[in-house]
Formats: sequence, structure tokens, C-alpha cells
Amino acid sequence: MDARRESEATPMKNRTTVERKSEREVVVTRTFNGPARIVFEAWTKPELFKQWWVPKSMGMFLRSCEMDVRVGGRYRLVFGHDASNTDEFFGRYIEVTPHSRLVWTNDEGGDGGPVTTVTFEEKGGKTLLVLHELYPSKEALDAAGTGAAEIMSETFEQLDELLVNLGASVGPS
Amino acid sequence: MRARLDASFAALSDATRRGVLEQLGRSDASITDLAEKFHMTLTGMKKHVGVLEQSGLVTTEKLGRVRTCKLGPRRLEEETAWLERYRQLWDARFDELDKVVEELKRKERVDGRKKRE
Repeated sequence: MDARRESEATPMKNRTTVERKSEREVVVTRTFNGPARIVFEAWTKPELFKQWWVPKSMGMFLRSCEMDVRVGGRYRLVFGHDASNTDEFFGRYIEVTPHSRLVWTNDEGGDGGPVTTVTFEEKGGKTLLVLHELYPSKEALDAAGTGAAEIMSETFEQLDELLVNLGASVGPS
Repeated sequence: MRARLDASFAALSDATRRGVLEQLGRSDASITDLAEKFHMTLTGMKKHVGVLEQSGLVTTEKLGRVRTCKLGPRRLEEETAWLERYRQLWDARFDELDKVVEELKRKERVDGRKKRE
């Protein structure tokens, strides 16, 4: 009990790392201060999933979230501020191992979508989460995509553009 | 490199700082000029410029009593920028997930206590 308190007394932010493992793969890792059972629950219960999948900074609104978390089960996320202008993300679960592994397809983009594998590894009350996305081709990854990342990237593209323009206007120095 | 990118994106997350970059893209300016332009105190503007300077997006030079700001030499490599966008997305998500995990742990403790009583 005391050890537990101690670990909670240091609310250090855990680091998110991203690595492009190959031309077709990206791996994201992060450690969470809780057992795998709890982290897994947050990935598989729609009412919990909704609380974190769309951070406020994305400026997006998740209209609905359906998840049938079992092998062959489907999921469907609908984004958008009004019903006439929505974005959908959907696919199906191809592996579901409670508290340790989830694998699903991303089918909204047709054949170009990645397969996402998430593993949960518990150690000393913490959980190392590894998210792996495997694209069918290098082109598909380059064009990604990856669901909501694309929408978020629009904001950053504007910033990139700004930076490029700024760089251009400064000229060679 | 990664630390620098983190710093860049943190620097760019603020509307005033983006405005300052735009402004400096047009011409160099002193901190006093910038503070006036953005209706801020000198201290407030110094902080913003400090953040931009740390990220390498802006450099400053003191000439006499005036500190002049201009754009730094940095540009973002396309691929690194892509990965960084991707990381930002997951980092933002996982910060929220941290909160959900804490809440679930708290609930478990409360439930555990109730059961013992």
C-alpha cells in the first residue's frame, strides 16, 4: 500500500516515443502508471475510449463510437460537428487477448489502411504499451493518413508552410 | 534533434508566438516593437521570444540597449516533421489516457475499501 502511494506521489509525465521501424512500419510506445488490466479496459470500453481518443487539442468531435471487441467484431468511429459533414473510421478486430494484445484493421481507406497491433506489458504495476502500425506499402505509410492523424496534421501542415515561407523570405544568409 | 523538435512544436503551439514568427518574417523587430504590436507587456513578450529562441526559430542580438529579434536558421525536415506530428497526436491522446487510468485506479481503491467495510 505504501509503495503504491509512493509511485503515485511522483506524477512524472511518461514519454511517448515514435519510431519508423521500416518503410512500412511505425511504432509508438508509452508507459502508463497502472496495471495492464486497467489500461486494456480503457482501450476496449467505448465509454472510456471516448474520453481519451480525441484530445481537445485536435479540435474534433467524436459523434459516436461503437466497438464490438472480439475476434471478427467491428468498430466504427464517427467524427464531425454536424451530421451532414462527418468522417468515419472503421475496421474489425482480428486478435483480442484480454489484458495483453489487440489487433485491428483500418478499412476506411480501402486496401491502403494499416493493421494496428497494440500490446500491453505489465511490470511492477506499470504497463508498457506498444502500438505498431503495419502498412501495405511504403507509399501508403508516406501518404498516411492513419485515421485522425491526417486531420490533425492539417494544422501542422499550415505551420510547416508558414515555416517554409518564413525561411524562403529570409533567403540565404 | 528530438529535444529540439519538441521545443519547436511547443513554441509553435501558441498563437502569439506564431504571430511573432510571421511578423519577423516580414522584418526584424525589437522586443519593444513586438510587445506593442501584440498589445503585451515587455515581460510577457520577453517570455515568448525566449521560448522561440530556445527552439532555434528565432535569434536575438543586443545592440546597445535594444534587443533585436530575427528569424533563426532552422527548417523542419519533412520526414521528421511527419513523425513529430504523429508523436504529438499520440502524446496528446496518451496524456488523456493517463487521466482515465488514474480515474479507474481511484475507483478500484474506493470499491476495494467498500468491500472491506
